[in-house]
Amino acid sequence: MEATLKKQLQINACKIRMGVIEGVFNAKSGHPGGSLSISDLLAYLYTVQLNIDPKNPQMPDRDRLVLSKGHCAPGLYSALALRGFFSADELKKLRHIDAMLQGHPDMTGTPGVDMSTGSLGQGISAACGMALSAKISNDPYKVYAILGDGELQEGQVWEAAMLSAHLKLDNLIAIVDNNGLQIDGKVTEICSPKPIDEKFLAFGWHVILINAHDFDQIENAFNEASKVEDKPVAIIQCSVKGKGVSFMENNVNWHGAAPNEEQYNQAMSELKATLAELEGK
Amino acid sequence: MAEVIKIATRDSYGDALVELGAKYDDLIVLDADLAKATKTEKFMKAYPERFFDCGIAEANMMGVAAGLATTGKLVFASTFAMFAAGRAFEIVRNSIGYPHLNVKIGATHAGISVGEDGASHQCNEDIALMRSIPGMTVINPADDIEAKAAVAAALEHKGPVYMRFGRLATPVFNDKATYKFELGKGIQLKDGNDITIIATGLMVNEALIAAKELEEKGISARVINIHTIKPIDRDIIVKAAKETNLILTVEEHSVIGGLGSAVADVVTEEYPIRVVKIGVNDTFGMSGPAADLLKKFGLSAENIVKKAEEAISAK
Repeated sequence: MEATLKKQLQINACKIRMGVIEGVFNAKSGHPGGSLSISDLLAYLYTVQLNIDPKNPQMPDRDRLVLSKGHCAPGLYSALALRGFFSADELKKLRHIDAMLQGHPDMTGTPGVDMSTGSLGQGISAACGMALSAKISNDPYKVYAILGDGELQEGQVWEAAMLSAHLKLDNLIAIVDNNGLQIDGKVTEICSPKPIDEKFLAFGWHVILINAHDFDQIENAFNEASKVEDKPVAIIQCSVKGKGVSFMENNVNWHGAAPNEEQYNQAMSELKATLAELEGK
Repeated sequence: MAEVIKIATRDSYGDALVELGAKYDDLIVLDADLAKATKTEKFMKAYPERFFDCGIAEANMMGVAAGLATTGKLVFASTFAMFAAGRAFEIVRNSIGYPHLNVKIGATHAGISVGEDGASHQCNEDIALMRSIPGMTVINPADDIEAKAAVAAALEHKGPVYMRFGRLATPVFNDKATYKFELGKGIQLKDGNDITIIATGLMVNEALIAAKELEEKGISARVINIHTIKPIDRDIIVKAAKETNLILTVEEHSVIGGLGSAVADVVTEEYPIRVVKIGVNDTFGMSGPAADLLKKFGLSAENIVKKAEEAISAK
């Protein structure tokens, strides 16, 4: 990857993380851990990959993004705000009464949200329907769905996986955020979805394994995905839950908890330091 | 007397889809391995490129329907009522209802008249479940003519619609030449002063037969067909409450949460009078021939006459 682009992506990912902390802190609730683990992915999608127009969020041929792990809405909202779909001020009102940004994505009220999600396992089915629609009408857009590794425990995911492969939906790219943790603990200790890659392979998907925090690998994965024919693609990204905030990393307690003021200040000062270093200040 | 023609409303559904498929290029039909039974097979044969069998996976089918609807497709998702409203309830609620997506759910094999397949397949709870979802329109047509009109009206309506169809062939009593379907409007089929019988689905015809028998016994019964259970026609119900002071509801559905409950909701709020309910009484069904089951569970003209007489004598 070209160095200036990589720097830009790192900066954007850091800003997305700052938005996550800002949102969750002001909401006094929400899900920072899984939002931080997909922040690099979101930075790549919203900076490079998605064919979208913040001025025309309903553009018919836009690429679709379905956040199937809808609880990581703070990450999505932060990425959308950074891309200009709405003001970053909205992040501070996350989860407040009558605010635009709901606890989980609401496609009817938030520009840039392509599907209402939150109940796990459902987004991937909707993404399958969107991809099928494009195939029926010969539309050029692609559909991206982000799932959690814990989410794979929902049977509906595999119903969707089966049908998507059966329909040869090569315009569907699912990204599984394999951060290894769910609310009650380690996914391998609760009800292991592993081996994730072999399961998707067995279901007839093209599988790509990457490090979620390496932009070269992310870029290569989407380039590879774009060349796949007749199969949906699963990019399984090995990630760190809470990535970018030292005390949140790999700590299950930050799955669905908001930082207090002291923790907020520490998280923001860490991220500000990262940003300053990236921007060479 | 003219010969009574009997058609199952699931057949009407299949026929209506074929007819509408010719007019609307964007009409897509989904099924979950029940195309032969739900009669979407008719559409599949006519428009194979617009029919998708999602396999035995109703939850995913509802999600796929939602996804298709977000892109502007006119989607009909079909399976048995048990699986559409029951198994897939939460997907219908969250992926279709909450974003108010334009998905039409064609649910066949509703109620006890499923017959021999028995209780596991006899859904007497679907109206209760579906009408609890904000913004969901719920339609339960009474015969072939009404069912076809309902499918067309559902298509015209923007937003999620649940349509309930039966497996059993039932009499076609509406007059095709004069019949008019208006979403959310009840139809008064017969005037009367002593009691109002409000029926839905295949019980409407039984209500008409019962009203005729009551007439012979000197009881004047009004008959109202409520095809749209949500949004319900409040005016026609309140008017009946005021003018007859007694309402008997009849449905092939649980007495909990269905037409009877919906009518009682309106009456208690606007003009409290006695509402007597005929339906499936908080019990599961069983195997048997549909016609015999309907009788056994009191879903017959005979029982309507009996309950009407009881209610009037207690007036």
